[in-house]
Amino acid sequence: MNMVVCVKRVPDTSESEVHIDASGKDIDKSRLSFGINECDNYAVEEAIQIKERLEGNVTVISLGGKDSDEVIRMALAKGGDDAIRLEDDAFAGGDALAVAKALAGAVKGLEYDIVFTGALTDDDGYAAVPVALAELLGVPHATYVKKVEILEPGKKAKVGRELEGGLMEFLEIDMPCVLGIQTGINEPRYASFKGIKQAAKKEIAVKSAADLGLDAADIGEAGSWAVLEQFTPPVVGEMAEILEGEPDETAAKLAGILKEKGLV
Amino acid sequence: MRLLYELDDEKKLFRKTVRDFSEQEIRPQVEHLWETGEFPYDIVRKMGELGILGIPFPEEYGGAGGDYLAYAIAVEELARVDGSCAITVEAHISLGTSPFYYYGSEEQKREWLVPLAQGRILGSFGLTEPEAGSDAGNTQTRAELAGGEWVINGTKCFITNPGTEMSGVVTLTVVTDTRPDGKKEISNIYVPKGTPGYNIAPKYKKMGWHASDTRELSFDDCRVPESNLIGKRGEGFKQFLDCLDGGRIAIAALAVGTAQGAFEESLGYARERKQFGRPIAAFQAIQFKLADMATEIEIARDVTYKAAAMRDAGVPHTKEAAMAKLFASEMCMRATTQAVQVHGGYGFMDEYAVSRFFRDAKILEIGEGTSEVQRMVIARELGLR
Ligand SMILES: Cc1cc2nc3c(=O)[nH]c(=O)nc-3n(C[C@H](O)[C@H](O)[C@H](O)COP(=O)(O)OP(=O)(O)OC[C@H]3O[C@@H](n4cnc5c(N)ncnc54)[C@H](O)[C@@H]3O)c2cc1C
Repeated sequence: MNMVVCVKRVPDTSESEVHIDASGKDIDKSRLSFGINECDNYAVEEAIQIKERLEGNVTVISLGGKDSDEVIRMALAKGGDDAIRLEDDAFAGGDALAVAKALAGAVKGLEYDIVFTGALTDDDGYAAVPVALAELLGVPHATYVKKVEILEPGKKAKVGRELEGGLMEFLEIDMPCVLGIQTGINEPRYASFKGIKQAAKKEIAVKSAADLGLDAADIGEAGSWAVLEQFTPPVVGEMAEILEGEPDETAAKLAGILKEKGLV
Repeated sequence: MRLLYELDDEKKLFRKTVRDFSEQEIRPQVEHLWETGEFPYDIVRKMGELGILGIPFPEEYGGAGGDYLAYAIAVEELARVDGSCAITVEAHISLGTSPFYYYGSEEQKREWLVPLAQGRILGSFGLTEPEAGSDAGNTQTRAELAGGEWVINGTKCFITNPGTEMSGVVTLTVVTDTRPDGKKEISNIYVPKGTPGYNIAPKYKKMGWHASDTRELSFDDCRVPESNLIGKRGEGFKQFLDCLDGGRIAIAALAVGTAQGAFEESLGYARERKQFGRPIAAFQAIQFKLADMATEIEIARDVTYKAAAMRDAGVPHTKEAAMAKLFASEMCMRATTQAVQVHGGYGFMDEYAVSRFFRDAKILEIGEGTSEVQRMVIARELGLR
């Protein structure tokens, strides 16, 4: 089984205050720490587990600058075989479709049975890349995948999709296919020290738009259907009712509201 | 831009891995470990699987094939979350396992270094005795050769790692004879756990490092084969001093990590805690404490990494290791003291992590040579006698 995993380096905003930067189109990332997108971490693990069970090859792909090497190498350290990083000024400002075009350009040159992506990213959260990627490759897809069972290697898989309220939908899917992986599908491993040592020496093939045969007018911001206009911070107080007063007063008010709405 | 020094990709990935491991596997257990003093078997076994218990030893002997700098980084990251786990790794690698690696015969390496470096068993190092602390050469424990066996008698105190279910072996400084100049001939002999006459006392109750295993050991006509001698007869003391050069670098890293953990807690707390209508982080007095902590941690980290890099380069580093250990441990005491201060009364409460960091800091100025001893070592390296 040949597998491709697409990974993205994203800022960790869980513990920090987030500010919009001067351009108004991005957040100030100067004090943030970065790491692999959470769903992607599970996607990497799923690919490596399948490889360990059925043999094969795992290629890691990331669209991003040199900083992304760290997340690529971590995936290699855990058991990935090869790596490609897509870097070109022309990729800048792309929406989910433009990202999918770049990834499709790289995947087309490979032999693959399954392309894994995360179901969505922690930063933009469009959840559209796996779907667009599958369309561009002309293969079937499943998103929010929380279970993968290979029925016939290279041919057929059974996948479970997580629906609202923890409901699982099972479907059979032909390979090659694209699977958008949801968190919790497995337990991502830690890289071993030996794995890290080997990964540090591996080569990461860097490819430009031209290397992939992509036209600059068709990718990045130019090739996007959606263009980011502006970020605005959420307006405080419009949706939320702030209870004021001494603790016993606010507690009484809160209890009143909860009773009124039949929640307690 | 080329920085004067920057960690390479391998070190960065390794730091990230140990940090993730510490956050996800250790952090949820820290309070429980502190309260109960239970030894963290699951954590230590997992560390063995990842190669953490054998970082600086070659792959052919079961190690991870890393260097001392990688090892220092691992200890630092572990200590940032939990000192007990960090010292368990440190004592196992620098003290328990190193003698087999540096001085063991091929046979001893196969038999002991391999399982130690793979993390299947834990090693410990018995230098300190009731009468031989800072004066480590005043060893009283004796080993006499009789019928092809060493017969060992004596007591070792404050020994890390000997009494767990994973503990496998202890290396000991023992007096094997009197030298022609009248001084003690000190040799290094290892004793497998379970050898008759090797008695392990219950765990000490400690100010800090609650979940690390520290015990008194006594040897009562304990017999081991003559071949349990490590290296040459009479070289035991020199071997232990040499291992301590490495150990001090790792203790310095442990101090950097402990201080870093306390600093991060303080930074977060100072931003949240409001007094006089403002976060206390807005007060210059608090800002300056945090600025001083961050500055000193950075300096200590730099000297520690430098000493580790010197050990990796194979150049003499006795002075630098002592300097790193001295500065980092005293820095850690200052930083954790200020961390409690930033927390006010809350910092005195068990449920706040800084109270733990504070109590874990003190031993760093004592173990593997007190601050006074480090100053003596540095002074001697300066040519003062
Ligand atoms: C938790 C813990 C774990 C340990 N683990 C190990 C281990 O695994 N293996 C091991 O062998 N040991 C271990 N030790 C022992 C440790 O290394 C010793 O406690 C340390 O070296 C100090 O010896 P001492 O306690 O006898 O103090 P002493 O040597 O009695 O020192 C008392 C005081 O006198 C000072 N002093 C002594 N001599 C001089 C001098 N000449 N000039 C100026 N000041 C002096 C000291 O600096 C100190 O302030 C551990 C200790 C602890 C607490």
